[in-house]
Amino acid sequence: MKPAPFDYDDPRSVDEAIGLLARYGDECKVLAGGQSLVPLMNFRLARPGRLVDINGIESLGQVKVENGRLLLGAMVRHAQVERSNDIAARWPLLHDAIVWVGHSQIRNRGTVGGSVAHADPAAELPCALAALDAKFHVLSRRGPRVLRWDQIFVSEFTTSLAPDELLTAIEVPPQDPSTGVAFVEFARRHGDFALGGAAVSITLARNGTCSDVAVALLSAGPRPVRAEEAERRLKGGQVDEAAIKQASAAAVQGLHPTSDLHGSREYRVKLLQVMTERALTKAVHLATRRAA
Amino acid sequence: MELHGIGASPLRKEDWPLLRGEGTFIADFKRPGMVHALVVRSPFAHARFRHIDGSAALQARGVIDLITAAELPDRGRPIPTRMFKDEAANRFLQKPLADGEVRYSGEPVALLIAESRYLAEDAAELLSIDYEPLEVVLDPDAGTVAGHLVVERGNIEAAFAQADEVIKEEFRIQRHAATPLETRGLVAEFDAGAQTLTVWGAAKIPHVNRRILAQLLGWEESRIRLVELHVGGGFGARGEFYPEDFLIPFGAMRVGRPVAWIEDREESLRAMNHSREQVHRVELALKADGTFLGLKDTFVNNTGAYVRTHGMTVPGLSISMLPGPYAWPAYRGEYHSVLTNKTPCGTYRSPGRFEVNFVRERLIDIAANRLGIDKVEIRRRNFIHEFPHDTGTLFDEHPVVYDSGDYSLLLDKALEAFDYSGLKRWRAQRSPDGFKRGLGIAFFVEKAGPAEREYARVELTDSGDVTVYTGTVSLGQGMETTLAQVCSTHLGLPFERVTVKHGDTAVIPEGMGSFGSRAAMMGGAAVMGAAVKLRRRLLERAAEELEAAPDDLVLTVDGIAVRGAPSRSVPLPSMSVEDRFVCELLGFPYGIHVAAVEVDTGTGAVGVHRYAVAYDIGRAINPVIVRGQIAGGFAQGLGGVLLEEFAFDANGQPLAASFMDYLLPTSEEVPDIDMLITEDAPSPHNPLGVKGAGEGGTAAVGGAIANAVADALGVEVTQLPLSPKRITELASA
Ligand SMILES: Cc1cc2nc3c(=O)[nH]c(=O)nc-3n(C[C@H](O)[C@H](O)[C@H](O)COP(=O)(O)OP(=O)(O)OC[C@H]3O[C@@H](n4cnc5c(N)ncnc54)[C@H](O)[C@@H]3O)c2cc1C
Repeated sequence: MKPAPFDYDDPRSVDEAIGLLARYGDECKVLAGGQSLVPLMNFRLARPGRLVDINGIESLGQVKVENGRLLLGAMVRHAQVERSNDIAARWPLLHDAIVWVGHSQIRNRGTVGGSVAHADPAAELPCALAALDAKFHVLSRRGPRVLRWDQIFVSEFTTSLAPDELLTAIEVPPQDPSTGVAFVEFARRHGDFALGGAAVSITLARNGTCSDVAVALLSAGPRPVRAEEAERRLKGGQVDEAAIKQASAAAVQGLHPTSDLHGSREYRVKLLQVMTERALTKAVHLATRRAA
Repeated sequence: MELHGIGASPLRKEDWPLLRGEGTFIADFKRPGMVHALVVRSPFAHARFRHIDGSAALQARGVIDLITAAELPDRGRPIPTRMFKDEAANRFLQKPLADGEVRYSGEPVALLIAESRYLAEDAAELLSIDYEPLEVVLDPDAGTVAGHLVVERGNIEAAFAQADEVIKEEFRIQRHAATPLETRGLVAEFDAGAQTLTVWGAAKIPHVNRRILAQLLGWEESRIRLVELHVGGGFGARGEFYPEDFLIPFGAMRVGRPVAWIEDREESLRAMNHSREQVHRVELALKADGTFLGLKDTFVNNTGAYVRTHGMTVPGLSISMLPGPYAWPAYRGEYHSVLTNKTPCGTYRSPGRFEVNFVRERLIDIAANRLGIDKVEIRRRNFIHEFPHDTGTLFDEHPVVYDSGDYSLLLDKALEAFDYSGLKRWRAQRSPDGFKRGLGIAFFVEKAGPAEREYARVELTDSGDVTVYTGTVSLGQGMETTLAQVCSTHLGLPFERVTVKHGDTAVIPEGMGSFGSRAAMMGGAAVMGAAVKLRRRLLERAAEELEAAPDDLVLTVDGIAVRGAPSRSVPLPSMSVEDRFVCELLGFPYGIHVAAVEVDTGTGAVGVHRYAVAYDIGRAINPVIVRGQIAGGFAQGLGGVLLEEFAFDANGQPLAASFMDYLLPTSEEVPDIDMLITEDAPSPHNPLGVKGAGEGGTAAVGGAIANAVADALGVEVTQLPLSPKRITELASA
């Protein structure tokens, strides 16, 4: 469990970093928190010839709010998100999702950019960002790009980032303060990657009907899944127990989660339905309180 | 300074360096000029190979040597079994390196020695081995039989002929293992001038392993020294003699430099002994009133690719401990221990008992359900009452005769202490979360002790310092503290002045080590013997000098004085006394586990609402250490019931190859438990009356949790682990 030999660069600015990426392309990998990349290297499952360590780039580590939008630098640690009162108050779904990421030691090192770029279908952050309709800022020598969640996440451990591109920031739109949110998941142990989970964000009108809803599923397929059919069914209607049950059943129609040692496909589909039901119930409960 | 004698719970002597990070584990240990070994392992579960081409690897940077079977004496001599030998199994012993055929994924095929582990791993990628994959056998029912035994007593046919009810069931226990936090590791150094070998990193049984190493090298034992450093857990697996225990010293002799090998987790999960995998087909005959008439079991023990040092210990313990605390007019047990293309097996905390306690206690609950009898009542009705009780079975060569006990008494005490009736009320109430509640109970008998002799020496200096030398060793269980308490009590000098030394074959002439909950029983009795002798000699000598009766003397660190006349005193002399405690008879502590669980049928999660262990261990030398043993043992049992599984794909590739997939319980998964430790049935076989307390926390977790889950779901549970997938399937059955 020792990595294969590699070269190492320690750039101090974004410009320097994208310069290195432009020069070495495929040969190199960005090193952020290292919580996913380093284990892969130790098993020799990843063997980059060169690491571009972006831990020394201070500008990537900032949390900013601009025009009501949240801007998370790629090197913002999970723990920073977890401890931010501002995020807990204004983007509670993000807060609720991040506390499920591994253990506190992992969250102290792991970064939001790393979670996105690693694109694990069982990672909480991409799922929450899909529910929140976040945008992703990407930069290379060739110029900047801004991607939607369904543009950046391609499949398991695969994004649309080119080898010379650096993810620099994640942008989250403002949230209606009356929205009720819930992030629910199930793992075999505390801190493990989830066997299934659901992120829900729901807003209720004064008459109790659903005015807006997002349902995103975790570990449900090769990338984060938005349960669009479930959202369609809920929008505009009363959200009672029967509606939640129906929507949850609709949410898992046609899903193909992977089967592995810890759960078969059938088990995971059932689990996702239960998770959706529980997340919706919880979020609706909060939204009802806020609407009142 | 206090006596801190038997029954007190002083702070552990071993904690000072450990809690401050100042311990010396094998990876902390360095020798000048030390180089690093990598064990090259088979990627196939079964394959033939003709040739290992190491030419490129030998040219690689930093590489010093490459050792294959061809370089070993006799191409590698088989590693012998050290206990529960079965002649027939000798054909299936493992050699240090595979020679032409590999039989499990992870089997050592070569040893690479390089300037660093990094360089060794780089060079290993350059080896070329012409593996030709062969057919893989994983199903225990299809394995080659390496050991077979039938045990029968009473008239089993007659028992079943009389039965009002016969319960027949198949039970499966999944493969899991000890996985101590510290993996194995060794540093070996050859002194060419003296022609001696020193090996650091020994654990569990240094003297036994020295003998095996000497035998494999064809040397006299006196030329070899094994040294134990701090050990981060053993649980049966760490410290046995493995291929590496030969290869690393052998490598050090070849290269003429100290060689270090630190097992990484990835190799540890494939290389260290696995355990527990069994399939039981069992039948219980009973009368309508719940009286047991007979028990029949035929089981398969999947021992993996080779027979390792434990021989038939695990199936042997299973067959002799299946009857448990109940009086059976007739019993028939039969095992086949079979070979498959999986990692070889050995013991794991409460070996054989974790398995059979699950089988028996589950079977009894099924019977109680069938007959409509209360689950506590059916057990009580069938308890053994007369002691000693000869079960009519043997473990290895030791007759399994329960030494002492009062099972009904412990049951009464436990039900009261754990508020069993309150738990029944809790069970009857609806859970606010919609979870299903269940209550389970499991009774068990443990075995503790022998390896029939143990050594101790107690040395006193004229300054009042006492050193205990013991043939038992420390795996983290607290034996230094425990033995110091025994010495302090029986010598009559303060606990603080006692130091315990262990695990160095150059300092301690003989020892059987620490396993099977034997250190307190055998080591403790030997230390007591030496301490008593030393005290007697000190007092007798002083009595002569002071012209007083020994009974009138007072022994303190300052000297020996006549009671009431402190000026009539002599200083302490330096004196050393040895003793050996010999006893062939095992101790049989016993206990009860109670589990109250909530099952979330939506996710398949089993939540432990309350867990309690009652355990009679004869005598608790240090109650806090005993509680620690029970709590730690429970955590491992819980892992075995809910989480841990060494699964393989159809090609024999391990699916749980790291701690991402081999799920150990963490502090979040392990609840606090209630404990009741009793001392109602001391062992008559040793002067301390102790029975050994290391394994009772693990022994019945399978039985208790599975019974509670079955109670919650209203379906019979016959297979471990209780994974979320299995629970949801059971819930929808
Ligand atoms: C024991 C353990 C448990 C864990 N449990 C969870 C869990 O429950 N949920 C969860 O979501 N995660 C979990 N993780 C993973 C953890 O969250 C990782 O930190 C995260 O997935 C990756 O972040 P990182 O900063 O460590 O990235 P790294 O490991 O440094 O990098 C990961 C990948 O992203 C690329 N990359 C990183 N930053 C950028 C960037 N700015 N631009 C372009 N490419 C980039 C790297 O090149 C690499 O390919 C766990 C990890 C461990 C070790």
